[in-house]
Amino acid sequence: MEVPGLGQAFALQVGRDMRLAFRHLGQLANPLMFFIMVTTLFPLALNPSPQLLEAIAPGVVWVAALLASLLASESLFRQDVDDGTMEQLALSPQPLALMLLAKTAAHWLMTGLPLVLISPIVAYGLFLPQEAVPVTMGALALATPILSLIGGMMAALTVGLRRGGGLLSLLILPIAMPVLIFGARATDLAMTGMESVGAIYLLAALLLLAMSLSPFAMAAAMRISLD
Amino acid sequence: MSTEPAEPGTESLLEAKDLELWRGERRLFSQLSFSLGTGELLHITGVNGCGKTSLLRVLCGLTLPETGEVSWRGQRVMRNRADYHAEMTYVGHRESLKGELSARENLSFDLQLRHASSPEDIDQALDRVGLARARDVMARGLSAGQKRRVSLARALASRARLWVLDEPYTNLDVPGRDFVDQVMSEHLATNGLVLLVAHQSHGVTGGRIRQLELA
Repeated sequence: MEVPGLGQAFALQVGRDMRLAFRHLGQLANPLMFFIMVTTLFPLALNPSPQLLEAIAPGVVWVAALLASLLASESLFRQDVDDGTMEQLALSPQPLALMLLAKTAAHWLMTGLPLVLISPIVAYGLFLPQEAVPVTMGALALATPILSLIGGMMAALTVGLRRGGGLLSLLILPIAMPVLIFGARATDLAMTGMESVGAIYLLAALLLLAMSLSPFAMAAAMRISLD
Repeated sequence: MSTEPAEPGTESLLEAKDLELWRGERRLFSQLSFSLGTGELLHITGVNGCGKTSLLRVLCGLTLPETGEVSWRGQRVMRNRADYHAEMTYVGHRESLKGELSARENLSFDLQLRHASSPEDIDQALDRVGLARARDVMARGLSAGQKRRVSLARALASRARLWVLDEPYTNLDVPGRDFVDQVMSEHLATNGLVLLVAHQSHGVTGGRIRQLELA
């Protein structure tokens, strides 16, 4: 019996998860709403002078993005494990690493990508200089998938626990630090008119590392959680 | 606790050797060995909490036993998951359905991961389990018995050699139970293998039926 190829299985999983996500949009909008809310609350709570906001803008945007993806990763595998579909996935002839990577990719498309797309508006609200906006978007486009992959690894590890939420943040945050540092640095450098390509390259390298290794860690962690 | 090897004349496909599993401080089973050949059904019985489902999960390759190994066609399952899972289907006590997808969408995804299956195959399987009219109903709108029927349809359409059924009769009405017996009999007649966990006696006819009681 011919088992369908990896590309097809990947596409099927992404397609199914997107369809599921569109059927309950409310849950989907949560991380995005969080991102917008945090970034708009800062100018309200602080002195809304352009100089101050401009100074804190890189930090605010990046911390909000990090926390939004942390919030999103909690729900990455939870439902599938609860309703038993993860079991069927683990028992399918397709490699579990690939299927979990596909799930993470779909998850990023629904939670990470909107964040990247909305970031220029948020940046505008924080008086981020215009020349820093393309760099910030590019850096977010590289950083959010890394955060999704890290979140996926840790979510697979903690999904077997009834209340893994707190533990999940503890596990994700230390590993996500380099992403925050290089990301905020890229924005910072672009604001001051300096070359930010170094930070972008480092983010790209981190993304490649995460993409190549995390699926196997996710699969191994998931098998332990399902045991 | 071991049953006799597969009878001569059947090709032994699934083999379990010296399985031992602990859950916390409790030993569920130890030195459990059996082999199962084509056209054979192994009926696993035992009181609640004696480890029937855990045994099935070990045999599926979901749980790692403390000692011992499971092999399929002479190859260790843990080393050759993809080959084993391509020939196996599992009906667990959870139905493994997405509530926001229709019965048809649920099956279509699960089956297309296994083999190229046309929408007709899926409709046919759903017709067979008596859900022709509920194909496009969201799974969360189905009754418990209907959900069970959908997961049976998944097993039917999987073209798997080995069926692993954990309490397939749960929530089914009397005709539903007879139907399960009937499809199991047919599966055995076409040289399939069945691992069955069920409290009540089954009505499977034909094939070689063996018992394994967990204590």
